[in-house]
Amino acid sequence: MHFGPHLLLATLEGLVTSAVLALTALGLSLVFGVMRVVNVAHGEFFMLGAVLAWAISTAVSGHPALGFLAALVIAPLIVGAIALVAERLVLRRLNYNPEATIVATIGMLYIIQQLALTFYGPEARPVEPPFSYRILLPWFGYSGYKLSIIAASALLLTATWLVLTRTRIGLIMRATQYDAETAQAFGIPVGRVYGGVFALGAMLAAIAAVLIVPISQAHYLMGQDPLLLSFIVVIIGGLGSLRGTVVAAVLIGLSDGIISMFFSPTLAKIIATLVVAMVLVFRPQGLFGTASR
Amino acid sequence: MSEASPAKAYGLHLGVIALLFGLSFVLPDYYHGLLARIMVLAVFAMGYNMLFGYVGLLSLGHAMFFGAGLYGAGLAIIQLGWSVPAAFAAGLACGVVLSAIIGLLALRTTGVAFMIVTMMFAQVFYLLILYFAAWTGGDQGQVVPQPARVLTFGATVLDLTNPTVRYMSALALFSVALLITLAIVRSRYGRVLVAIRENEERTKMLGFDTFSNKLSAVVISGTICAASGAAYALLFGYVGSSFASVQYSILPLLWVLLGGAATTLGPLIGTLFMYYVIDITSGYTSAYLLIVGVALILLVLFFPKGILGTIRQRWLGWLP
Repeated sequence: MHFGPHLLLATLEGLVTSAVLALTALGLSLVFGVMRVVNVAHGEFFMLGAVLAWAISTAVSGHPALGFLAALVIAPLIVGAIALVAERLVLRRLNYNPEATIVATIGMLYIIQQLALTFYGPEARPVEPPFSYRILLPWFGYSGYKLSIIAASALLLTATWLVLTRTRIGLIMRATQYDAETAQAFGIPVGRVYGGVFALGAMLAAIAAVLIVPISQAHYLMGQDPLLLSFIVVIIGGLGSLRGTVVAAVLIGLSDGIISMFFSPTLAKIIATLVVAMVLVFRPQGLFGTASR
Repeated sequence: MSEASPAKAYGLHLGVIALLFGLSFVLPDYYHGLLARIMVLAVFAMGYNMLFGYVGLLSLGHAMFFGAGLYGAGLAIIQLGWSVPAAFAAGLACGVVLSAIIGLLALRTTGVAFMIVTMMFAQVFYLLILYFAAWTGGDQGQVVPQPARVLTFGATVLDLTNPTVRYMSALALFSVALLITLAIVRSRYGRVLVAIRENEERTKMLGFDTFSNKLSAVVISGTICAASGAAYALLFGYVGSSFASVQYSILPLLWVLLGGAATTLGPLIGTLFMYYVIDITSGYTSAYLLIVGVALILLVLFFPKGILGTIRQRWLGWLP
């Protein structure tokens, strides 16, 4: 293959990564933006989504699309319910203290990971894609399913944006993010908003995982990379900024796809992590965010 | 909080060291080996406590300092054929340099950003070990050859693989680290660190240079952790990338939280307790990460001061 088609392939792969990453990072960004909680267990919610997708799609017989659609609906709901319980039982009692919640979510990370290992096992298991149509380009065939991931992610991101900016729920969330105490004084049930946002963040990660699992398999350690990449995206995009998160996800996804196609993936990760750490050190508000209040 | 007289404080710590010395002669083989390992890892926890407990900076990347000591000492022997004291010094030097660089960069941030930045630098360190697998052995790790692990003083040759020598070396390192920590904590410098933890702005207003105090605390903390890592490589003869992974940044946090942050003996008690809990439960289940996770959540929910912290609050106000 020549350089041009090679680059096109890398770009497409990068866009698929970006699409999944944008959803996952958006969940992390919402939770941090509204609740000021750094959720270290976010990657494990992603993993749970993938593992549940495998469990649901194997339980549903018939056409693979049926199982996949069932997984796409049920898995995020289960993950959201788990997140809600965790929020009620642990985070709320800690009064959302930033440092205590980090330690607590590290604890959740270990618990979820170990439970997945115990009940799901160490194997990586595939989920059949809902359809296997290949789009034939002049140089190579490309999976139609992968392109549909990009479309689905764009749809969900737009929907989230509309909810945040055009609905009453979005207004309440933004009010809580801006100043929780004043919001409370105006009769907004801040506690319930926090619970809802934490569940929503976990659900976004779970949806992203269900979308990606037909091409990457479900494994109990698969939450680690999305967690790190989401941190990177959220930091570069500026915390709590939806537009910044999407732009940063595309940037990181593309550069990750292209760098790892031409160089070693480990080197790509080293460079990305180092760059982001430097961004945090020298420009803590992110590349697109504005200085915090 | 009342202050202990020097005699009382040093007496208690020397008593603990004497107790550990005495235990060497009565413990069965298995626990003898385990306790040597715990003492080395308790030094790691003490280094962590120096920064987390006394300065209030929660780092999620201390595995890189442990790793710097581990690889600094281990590779000096494996790749360069250095002697044990030179290798230990190399491990310490790596810790000093790395912690100074990380401190200069990471201390520009505060709070949550500090935690994430330290975690990311540690991740870069970990990935670099995997990337340079040709020298480091990657995730397989490397064994430090047994013949190289001897200390020679003129005519006496001490074999670090001998259980008694190993136990005593671990105890020596532990004692030095413990007494240094105690001296620092009781000094004027230690009080400035606590003042920074309690209220950094006010400390600055009182005329203290908080940045250089914090930076020196990072270097001291990193160097103690590197000493623990170097000792681990020399005494237990294995150098592997898992010691630089995120998990080894979380474990000292867990040990310190459990034993009691900002107590000199807390790290030892936390490490000892956690090791035995895992050792006992591993007889029933292999799911030890579950225990780590549950312990972290329960501690932070119900027991944020840890074992010694609670004892100090309730009964022994003078405990350093």
